[in-house]
Amino acid sequence: MTPTTQDEKRRSPALDDSSQPLSTQSSRSTFPYYPGCTLKTTAQNFEDSALATTAILGIDLVEIPRWNCCGVVSSLVENDRMHHVAPLRNIIRTQDMIAERDDEIESRLVTLCSMCTNTLRRTNLFLRQNPEDLEAINDYMSLENNYEGDIEIVHLLEILRERGFDAVADKVSNSLEGLKVAPYYGCMLLRPKDIGIDDPENPTIQEDLIEALRATVIDTPYKKMCCGSYQTVQDRYAVAELAYDILTHAQREGAEVIVTACPLCAFNLDDRQKEVRERYPEFKSIPVLYFTQLIALAFGLGEDALGFELNSVDPRPLLMAKGLLAPR
Amino acid sequence: MTKTMMITREGEAFLARIQEISGEAITACDQCGTCSGSCPMASEMDITPSEMIRKTQMGQEDVLSTKAMWLCAACFACTVRCPRGIDLSKIAEALRQISLRQAVDHIDIAGIPASERTRLPQIALVGAMRKFTS
Repeated sequence: MTPTTQDEKRRSPALDDSSQPLSTQSSRSTFPYYPGCTLKTTAQNFEDSALATTAILGIDLVEIPRWNCCGVVSSLVENDRMHHVAPLRNIIRTQDMIAERDDEIESRLVTLCSMCTNTLRRTNLFLRQNPEDLEAINDYMSLENNYEGDIEIVHLLEILRERGFDAVADKVSNSLEGLKVAPYYGCMLLRPKDIGIDDPENPTIQEDLIEALRATVIDTPYKKMCCGSYQTVQDRYAVAELAYDILTHAQREGAEVIVTACPLCAFNLDDRQKEVRERYPEFKSIPVLYFTQLIALAFGLGEDALGFELNSVDPRPLLMAKGLLAPR
Repeated sequence: MTKTMMITREGEAFLARIQEISGEAITACDQCGTCSGSCPMASEMDITPSEMIRKTQMGQEDVLSTKAMWLCAACFACTVRCPRGIDLSKIAEALRQISLRQAVDHIDIAGIPASERTRLPQIALVGAMRKFTS
């Protein structure tokens, strides 16, 4: 299903400026890229699949030097400048990298992990709206250059939407026709409203991607419900209850796989299926993939890009049975 | 019969403090319950999110000993739906901060079993440490 132009405009303010010719939209662009901690460990398959697929799509991601943990979560209290230091340092290092390079590079920092996206965006927005705080933090971080406020934080999905999902569809060599995919957003991609990348109540960005890969979208109202996030540390069974609701609702609608953009959602929905089964022995496991793994699959990429060995519930038997993955 | 509810002087000070730390106009809450209906953790909580706000409005400091404020994962489901524009996740954060600023941690990171510690992604551990330790 192709969205109408009107729909597309409503969803994406970036597309309102459609005077740009298609040829420039599909040309190569270079972006600074912030991976975040988890993409180098338990979610290495998220990074591997993202880098392999973006290279094909003409999106070159250059990792920023000397990045640090973004802090995962933002402080929600007033006047807490300290919690902005870690995210801001990454934004300053992006600014530095852009200044040092003499090639054409975007001033938009691309992120993949939705928690990093949220935390970096929140700090960026706060400092733009509060120049006094920016000045104080700039003064405090005397070993770093001052942040000028010109860096944007964008999620890879936003870049794909901006360039048009048709550009993704054009590269599909292994059509996912017949695969039923339930997109899962969780919280950090959507909320709060001024930080989210799509409508907080009715997001469509992952649906549009799934359709571009020719898979079938399975819609469930649980797609934007919280997976429990870091509560998984203090009460894994409370998280298992949420995972059970999210997964079984998708299964009841016919979903065969779930896709997500968050390594913490992935952990809670994928790894915590062990705890789900302890409570609900009749529960049948369902693979949880990063959206970039789904793209890599549709692009016909190999094991290095797919990284399915890191998924807790192995998606390979299902994908082989459906003829989407060559038997080994 | 007229029912009169009184807020004590100490209660008023407590409410003022939570409003200051959270930056939220807590008295604007009408108790419509949208937050409680939207909260994915409500079923695990001892009091609902709207009760958490009500207790704070009335300056009842025993709200600090409830389990509910620690179960809020700041998912912002209530935030985007509140018809009064209140960000309850900020109020829960302020309540947690009252406790954490006494240098009392809510969780014992070292006490997490090794089997879990090695299994959890960093993102979970760092998030929990930032929200649950002082």
